[in-house]
Amino acid sequence: MSALFAIARRDLRRSFTGSGWLLPLIFFLLVATLFPFAIGPDPTVLGRVGGGALWTAALLAALMPIDRLIAPDRDAGVLDQYAVRGISEEVVAVAKIGAHWIGFGPPLMLAALPASAMLNMDMDGLLKLEAGLALGSLGLAALAVTVSALVAGLQSGGALAGLLMLPLAVPVLIFGAGALDDLQRGAFALLGAAALLLVAVAPFATGAAIRAMRD
Amino acid sequence: MRGDRLLFSGLDLTLDAGGAALVTGPNGAGKTSLLRLIAGLLRPEAGRVEMDGRLAFGAIEPALDRELPLERALLYWARIDGGGAAEVATGLAAMGLAPLAEVPIRMLSTGQLKRAGLARVIGSGAEIWLLDEPANGLDTEARGRLESAIADHRASGGIVIAATHQPLALPDAVEMTIGAAG
Repeated sequence: MSALFAIARRDLRRSFTGSGWLLPLIFFLLVATLFPFAIGPDPTVLGRVGGGALWTAALLAALMPIDRLIAPDRDAGVLDQYAVRGISEEVVAVAKIGAHWIGFGPPLMLAALPASAMLNMDMDGLLKLEAGLALGSLGLAALAVTVSALVAGLQSGGALAGLLMLPLAVPVLIFGAGALDDLQRGAFALLGAAALLLVAVAPFATGAAIRAMRD
Repeated sequence: MRGDRLLFSGLDLTLDAGGAALVTGPNGAGKTSLLRLIAGLLRPEAGRVEMDGRLAFGAIEPALDRELPLERALLYWARIDGGGAAEVATGLAAMGLAPLAEVPIRMLSTGQLKRAGLARVIGSGAEIWLLDEPANGLDTEARGRLESAIADHRASGGIVIAATHQPLALPDAVEMTIGAAG
């Protein structure tokens, strides 16, 4: 148990001392800035498509940290040292998912404040977006760690990571954007279900992927 | 096995407290694979590994965070091993690294990094040391420190298994040569 917190603390420190946590955030804000240029300045149109655009941006932003989640620890032999100490790969995965979410979710929710203003979203929409992002980012963080472990040993892992991650993140996108719509009442619950499913599967998939790359 | 290639077979090794084994063989023979197998990182195709006691693995990769000062980087592992600053100090002193305690890992030379990895093994308190090429990049003085640390460890009942193709003084060690015949 103490190993779990030690690993999570180290990962958190590494993501906040490096610029790792900042990149997805800047990317997210950049997309939110570009969108009005492409759609045009009409406030009603922007308000209507803004939520969906931000969810898409969140999904793409979740791709950015993938190359630094597992591969550096694998190359430096850190994962091997955990294993030699009898710390199971699943515990390492849980610690990494938790740390990655703290470094990814809340900053993203913070960035959603200015982003929603740029897209002329109203207060009600913003609150729904924040609630959705809180849940959805948990699922996205879990998925990012899993995909990161799957592509860690590969040559062009970065490109493959997108192909692997985006389809699996589609339920989060659909229900996340759907939850912004008053008419889709069940969407928020389904977003929670989709995110929790990712969180539940991720430690085992990540653990298996870490073990598989040793052979 | 590496890929479809059989690296070694018919190995049999038993070490008691205070014992040591020296694994030798040409590059690519499977010395590292053998150590990783003993460490439980690889599964043997056939056979088994049994041990009584905790393991410390001095791998080729240092597994120390590049941005941290040496002492803090070692402290991370010492805490996971249930130790603290005292264990780190022991390791640093044994490898003559105490003056470098505040230097970030990324500034260390190859040999200093190797010594840092060995300092972690020495401070780990584990009974069984697995050392992969422990003498790589070490100068004569550091090698002497390593040899005396190993001797101390064995004198207190520890076990050392080292894989190397460099000369390393391991008195009464069981010698295993793998892959010699190709």
